[in-house]
Formats: sequence, structure tokens, C-alpha cells
Amino acid sequence: MSAVTDTAGNQVPLRPGSAIGQSVRDSLVVAQRNLIRMARIPEMLIFGLIQPIMFVVLFTYVFGGSIQVGSSTSTQAYREFLMAGIFAQTVTFATAGAGAGIADDMHKGLIDRFRSLPMARGAVLTGRTLADLVQSALTLIVLAVVAVLVGWRTHENLGKVLAAFGLLLLLGYAFSWIGALIGLSVRTPEAATSGGLIWLFPLTFISNAFVDANQMPTFLRHVAEWNPFSANVQACRELFGNLPPGFQASDAWPMQHPVWASLMWSVLIIVAFRTLAVRKYRSATA
Amino acid sequence: MPGAIYAEGLVKTFGDVRALDGVDLDVPEGTVLGLLGPNGAGKTTAVRCLTTLLRPDSGRAVVAGIDVVKNPDAVRRSVGLSGQFAAVDEYLTGRENLQMVGRLYQMKAKAAKVRAGELLEQFHLAEAGDRPAKTYSGGMRRRLDLAAALVVSPPVMFMDEPTTGLDPRNRQQLWEVIKQLVSGGTTLLLTTQYLEEADHLAHDIAVVDHGRVIARGTSDQLKARTGGERVEVVVHERDHLTTASQVLHGFGKGEVTTDDHIRRLTVPVTGGAKLLAEVIRELDARGIEIDDIGLRRPTLDDVFLSLTGHVAEEDTDGTADDSGDPDGADGPRSGSSGSSGGSGSTSRSRSSRRKEATK
Repeated sequence: MSAVTDTAGNQVPLRPGSAIGQSVRDSLVVAQRNLIRMARIPEMLIFGLIQPIMFVVLFTYVFGGSIQVGSSTSTQAYREFLMAGIFAQTVTFATAGAGAGIADDMHKGLIDRFRSLPMARGAVLTGRTLADLVQSALTLIVLAVVAVLVGWRTHENLGKVLAAFGLLLLLGYAFSWIGALIGLSVRTPEAATSGGLIWLFPLTFISNAFVDANQMPTFLRHVAEWNPFSANVQACRELFGNLPPGFQASDAWPMQHPVWASLMWSVLIIVAFRTLAVRKYRSATA
Repeated sequence: MPGAIYAEGLVKTFGDVRALDGVDLDVPEGTVLGLLGPNGAGKTTAVRCLTTLLRPDSGRAVVAGIDVVKNPDAVRRSVGLSGQFAAVDEYLTGRENLQMVGRLYQMKAKAAKVRAGELLEQFHLAEAGDRPAKTYSGGMRRRLDLAAALVVSPPVMFMDEPTTGLDPRNRQQLWEVIKQLVSGGTTLLLTTQYLEEADHLAHDIAVVDHGRVIARGTSDQLKARTGGERVEVVVHERDHLTTASQVLHGFGKGEVTTDDHIRRLTVPVTGGAKLLAEVIRELDARGIEIDDIGLRRPTLDDVFLSLTGHVAEEDTDGTADDSGDPDGADGPRSGSSGSSGGSGSTSRSRSSRRKEATK
């Protein structure tokens, strides 16, 4: 052990502190790196916005007139019903970004560099997911403005509205851990992008995001009710005051207690996928 | 006492492929070992095991006095790794890249900043330091990657094919940087498929093939194994071949081989340049006009061919390793590298070394 312990000079100043402190600092260093990248590749953010804005416009003006929710036939009711679904869908698409980013780092040998450094094990992934969280927040702000422009209104107090956005970000954060695992498991960034997206379509469409799940066939209705994504959408609708008049929530537990259900789902996903992703990272190879 | 890099019976398999099949290495402190072998020989896998990126299936490895498997975190503090790819973030500037690496080596923000500035100077990147790395040339990226590996002036360095894919001018430049580094006392393990590179930079060479070290020694020792030096003569006129052959026979230590077609004669000799001068005088005295004469020593290419029965690699093809799986081993994604283990004392002093290296 001579090389490390015997020479006690401090020419290389090392930061003191606990393992948790180191983990937090390392994660922030990596997050900073990813945010710098984001600022230098603004296209990523812009392209990330185009799809949800397109959905807002399409659903509001094209489908909106023919989809009935609750007992109301007004387009305004559907407009308000819809937005929570699009917000939630938007944050889950962060999965693909996280996956592609990490796969790209692997491909370029950066993960090898990080793994050869004396840094906290989970920090590369935590830093990435934190940067994605910032990106999701920026995206949501822009999207909310667009939503207001096409007529979306909330009917609850500011605290509840902010709580809804908090739940959305938590869901997005949870999903970026799924993306991290995908990114570490595939061989190319392209595979991570498509692998991160494909399953999001059934997940977000077999839900209450765009239609009233009560009108689905029984089997799909059960899937939709227990879909983590539905719980989040339902919770946001409640907190925004966007449930249409005459809307009857299903008896399923997550639909009756959507805020708790959404919190629990998100925490569960974070714990499970963070554990898997960090384990994968330790043995990852380009 | 084992050297700064020591490995004993390292084995690593990926499925059916034995990427490492019992590798032994011993690199004394302050020296350079060249790990020489073709693609898929196991060079990269060896480096990955020694730098804690892969956990060997069996065997023992000690780097800078620390057991690689038992205490990987401490090893990471003492080694710098420069891989086959220039592992830098292309959207970050050179300075930002180095600062990030410094901070992840647990340096304080300010110290990391100062160090980044020093390294940019040292690696002739000061002017480009505030441009995103994606605007850098291939050679500049490699230098930045190397600088990143030197942020804490680690006592032990690993370079995996540092010049693969570089043009000759950039390769020369990087060689100079590496020589400077080594003169500062750093222990270096360098993998290469360029025989010339190992000859140029390494004190000792270990030839690897199919996951084993098949020969080791200094460049001269390896060449001696293949046979010593020879005198080669090309005579001007075919008629002189017989006379010249007689002359060479008198000086030589073995059979004279004759290539009629190109009028070339070769004979193994001992005695070096002095003997060469005598041969020239004698040929001249007999009135034999010569087109070319020289003392030829076996190249490492000859060494490799005689050791393995196959040639190493096209020396001119720099792209061979730039894509795909370098060690030809599929499925290195499985397996695990344990990374628990306490950190112990983290302070060390490479100050004197760094001062020398920065000169």
C-alpha cells in the first residue's frame, strides 16, 4: 500500500467528507456537465418540445371535437381534460433522452473514463437524471404556456397546481431511471432511442391520458386503471381542477387515491430502476 | 518486491472466449512496458482488468502496491487511463473536460481549475482550451484525453493504443509527450499494435497473443531471439554474385543466402559496424561494384512472425481499431466488477514528479 499511504504530502488537494457528501458532489459535477451540453445543443430541447406542442394542437383542434368526457360535450371540457395527459406523456419521454445520452457516453468511451475515476458509483447516472429533470421542467414551462394559449385553465389554488407539476416531474425523474437502465443495456445510442420510446406509446395510450378509461373494454380498462401513468394523470386532473363535470372516477384504488398512487409508483420505480441501473453501470463495458 | 504493475495468472473469459488466459506481468517502477499484439490478443482486456474496469475471473493483480480486486477505489486514485477512444466530452471545452475530471478525482473546484490550466499549457492546448472539444483535430483530442488521465499526476499510467488512428506527425508528437512523461518517473503500461511504437517507447516488451504473454524482454533481446544482425549486399552486376558470396562467406557466421533475381546476398554476422566497414573494403579491393549494403537487424515484425507464425497487423492501417469491439470478445457486458471497499488514506504526493513532468 506504500504508494498511497506512505506519501502524505497534499500536493493534490482532495475534498474531505463522507461518502454521501461525495456522492452528492459527484452527481452535481456530472449534472453540470450534462446541463452545459444541453445549453450547447439547444436543438435537443427544441425537438423535445415540438412533439408535445403538436399533440396539444392536434388533440385540441382535430380530435377534441369528437371525444366526449364525462357528461359534457363542450370542447373546453376536453381541452382541460387533455392537458394533464399531454404533460405526463411529455415528461415520460425524458426516458428516451436519458437512455440515448448514456448509451452515447458508453459508445464514446466516457463511461470507461468515469469508471476509472475514484468517484461515487451512482453519480454518473444520478447526474444524468438530474439534468434530465431540469430539461423536463423547462419543457413543462413552455408547454404550460402553449396550453394556456389554446384555452387550458386550472380551477384550483396555486399550491395544488404546483403540487401537480411536482408529481409530473417526479414521474419524469422516475422514468429517466428506466431510460438509464436501457441506455446501459443496449449497444448503440440509436437502439437506446428507439428502445426508450417504443414501449411508451402503449403505456401512455392504454391509460386515461386521452380518453375516459371507463369506456375501454374490461381488460384494457383494468390495465389503464393500474397503469402508473394513469394514476399520475388522474392526480394532476384533480389538482388542476380539470375533471369534467359528471366525470365518474373508477372504483379502482389508484383512481380513487391518485395522488398517493402516483407518489408510490414513482418512488417504487426510482428505487427499483436505480438499483438495477447502478448495478449495471458497475459492470458496464463499451 | 513486485513492481508498480504486477499481475499473476490473470484469466478473463467472455463466454467461450478466453480473452486472458493466464497473463503474468511485472513492470518495475519508473519503466515502460509495451504490451504488443494484434487485435483480439487480449491487450485491452488486460488493461481493463488492471484499471478496475473489469474484474478478472482469477489471478491476482497489484497496481501501485494495491490489490486491484480487493481495493479498486484506492487503485483508481493512483492510476490514469487513456483509452483507445479519446474519451472526452465533445460539447465541453478542453478546460471544462479537465476541470470535470479533476473534480471527479475529488479535487477542490479551485485546484481543479488551476490544474486544468497547467495541463492545457503542457499539452499545447492553451489556445484551444476554451473551444468545445468537437472542434479539435484527432491529435488534439488524444492530447486532451491524455491530459485528462494526468490530472492528478498518477504514479501509474495505462495507455491503450494511444496513437491508433493518428497520422504520422501527430503520432510523433504524442510520442514526445509520452517520453517526457516517462522521464518524470511515471510507470507506464502501453498497448500497441505498432511494432515501431513499442520499439520506440518501451523499456520492456511483452508480446501477447491469444490471451497469453508469449515472449518478453527488451527490444534487443527479442530481436536476438529471432537471430542476430546480418549483412545485406546488393551487387551491381550479376556476374559478381559468386565472388561476393565468397567474400561474405569469409566474414559470416553462417550460410550465405543469395537472391539471384535482385542480386542480393545476405549473411548472418557478429561484429557490427566495424565488420561492415571491413566487408566494404574487401569488396572494393576485389573490384565488386555495389548498389547497396547495410547491416540489418531483425525488426519486431520478424520477431512477431517467428513467435506466432502470423504477422502482427498492417502497420499502415490506422483505422483497424477505431470501431467495433477491440478485443474481439463478444459479450463483455456480463460479469461484474466489485467496487466495494474502503478508501483508506487518500493523500499522496506526486509533487516532485509533477514538477518535473511539467517542465
